[in-house]
Amino acid sequence: MTENAGFQTVIDRHALPDQRGALLPLLHALQEEFGHIPQPAVPLIADALNLSRAEVHGVISFYPDFHTEPPARHVIKLCRAESCQARGGAAIEGELARHLGVAMGHARKDGQVALEPVYCLGLCAIGPNALIDGRPVARIDTAGVEAIAREVEA
Amino acid sequence: MTRVFISRDMASVALGADTVAEAFAKAGCEVVRTGSRGLFAIEPLVEVETDAGRIAYGPIGPGDVKAVLDGTHANRIGPIGEHPFFSGQQRFTFARCGVIDPLSMRGYAANGGWKGLDAAHALSPQEVVDAVKASGLRGRGGAGFPTGIKWQTVLDTPAHEKFIVCNADEGDSGTFADRMLMEGDPFHLIEGMAIAGHAVGARHGFIYIRSEYPFAVETMHEAIARAASRIEPFTLEVRVGAGAYVCGEETSLLDSIEGKRGEVRAKPPLPAIEGLWGKPTVINNVLSLSAVPFILAEGPQAYADVGFGRSRGTMPIQIAGNVKNGGLYEVGFGLTLGELVNQIGGGTASGRPVRAVQVGGPLGAYFPPSMFHLPFDYEAFAEAGGLIGHAGITVFDDTVDMAKMARFAMEFCAVESCGKCTPCRIGSTRGTELIDRIVAKAPRKADTVETLPQMRNAGTAARTHDEEIELLRDLCDTMKHGSLCALGGFTPYPVLSALDHFPEDFGSAHVHAAAAE
Repeated sequence: MTENAGFQTVIDRHALPDQRGALLPLLHALQEEFGHIPQPAVPLIADALNLSRAEVHGVISFYPDFHTEPPARHVIKLCRAESCQARGGAAIEGELARHLGVAMGHARKDGQVALEPVYCLGLCAIGPNALIDGRPVARIDTAGVEAIAREVEA
Repeated sequence: MTRVFISRDMASVALGADTVAEAFAKAGCEVVRTGSRGLFAIEPLVEVETDAGRIAYGPIGPGDVKAVLDGTHANRIGPIGEHPFFSGQQRFTFARCGVIDPLSMRGYAANGGWKGLDAAHALSPQEVVDAVKASGLRGRGGAGFPTGIKWQTVLDTPAHEKFIVCNADEGDSGTFADRMLMEGDPFHLIEGMAIAGHAVGARHGFIYIRSEYPFAVETMHEAIARAASRIEPFTLEVRVGAGAYVCGEETSLLDSIEGKRGEVRAKPPLPAIEGLWGKPTVINNVLSLSAVPFILAEGPQAYADVGFGRSRGTMPIQIAGNVKNGGLYEVGFGLTLGELVNQIGGGTASGRPVRAVQVGGPLGAYFPPSMFHLPFDYEAFAEAGGLIGHAGITVFDDTVDMAKMARFAMEFCAVESCGKCTPCRIGSTRGTELIDRIVAKAPRKADTVETLPQMRNAGTAARTHDEEIELLRDLCDTMKHGSLCALGGFTPYPVLSALDHFPEDFGSAHVHAAAAE
């Protein structure tokens, strides 16, 4: 019940009468606060915004950013788009996956690290690029892969 | 105390600008964090204020502080404007980017800021729209639709409420101009939107920024708070995307702001007539809106005097991928692709020959060096079977496998499709499978049902390689003409251009020699 009260506090902050199109900002806020969007929050959101639970679920599942499971302790978002590919991104993806022992698009079983694809970070002349827990990293080479692996295992 | 300027742009930070800035601060310098100048080969860039103006050094590491401050560092560039990458540019939109502290209202006003808005407020809405029309400005998001005509439609549509929406969901690989402008000169975009609000009678605006641009989101939030009193009665807010590429399409972006799944709407009705919550809405790209303050401040003729053919004004071109001097190059339309890639870009970073360039992001065509004579112009590119899109150029060297890139285009479309229309949702997956079979030289054989005796008209032989290629072309034709928006509709550009110009990568003889030579 206390957990639901926590969700409700965030929901009440965003589900204001003059806030139109409140669902995305609300979902971002929940994820910021709790790391993911917990299932029990869905009916509360639906109720606050006068939507059906299916509509809320539809939005959560449409956008790749929203997760319904708690995130790994470290999240690596590696760019897979063309400009990074032109600079050897595919090879770096392979090396990173090998070093971390996790496939692209998955979290490792111990919950330590997740490797997620991202399609362009707008750093296209200095690829391959990644966001390591939100911090941008550019020109990733073999030494860079090793540095990332050390960072996320710590 | 020595004043130094160091960029806080996401790209500069990714290259270590923060630690460099800390080192200079520790050495007792006054560090001003600016936007990026736009050439990433010399980042992290440090500019030192001297009696002779700003002297640039780059790239610089945190251990170089002493050598930079006494002027002996080997990477001394001198005044940045004299660097060959910058001396040929015409910076209308990016004039202040890299020069001022992006969040300094005083710096913005002292460097020509708000002149366009003040000029607009002295004019009637119709006069502002006329000025934008006369400038010849076309939508910089990719479609190239005349901005003035769009504004006229919104102005002419009566409604109690209208909106200005800025499309800052810059998802195309190889493009970063929107990000650089929002991080490096956010008041400029705010000014452009306030002018648009005055021109069409809208009082509220939204800036929809993709979540992959956390620095831009933060900068725009702060800039809006600081500029609020300057743009009254116009108000602005930031909305953050959630990782869906398709939300860069204008109608799905509107649905996303409304809090729905970002699914594409059928047009008509145009957003200019029924847009956000059914109200008349101007939806423009960051660069279109940011071109407007110059047009109002300097007059439409000053803008229209630059350009090529029906493409007027300047374009902030982004040179990316495997290229030596990657970065942002703002110049009037009309330079050739070869000049941009070889002279300005300096060829590949790997030092190998250029094999292909993709212009216009993941939905743009691949061109071989034999087409480097093409002038950078909407019409010239359309005629050559491509598009300039958001003016991103991604360079590939001769190690690229073009069949793999074609497959990636289909795979990307499959990942990012909103699912509303069939050609895009299913065609992209079938396209990926088809290219896999073509590359593996394993054409599809007849299945159990097709070989049943009653299936008299079904083919029972395996398809030939040529038939598979023909099928891929047919699928592209369906996607191009049958999709609801540009995601499915333009995915055939990279696929077909790869197939036309690089057939050898698909295991075919070079039949389109005329086009590729």
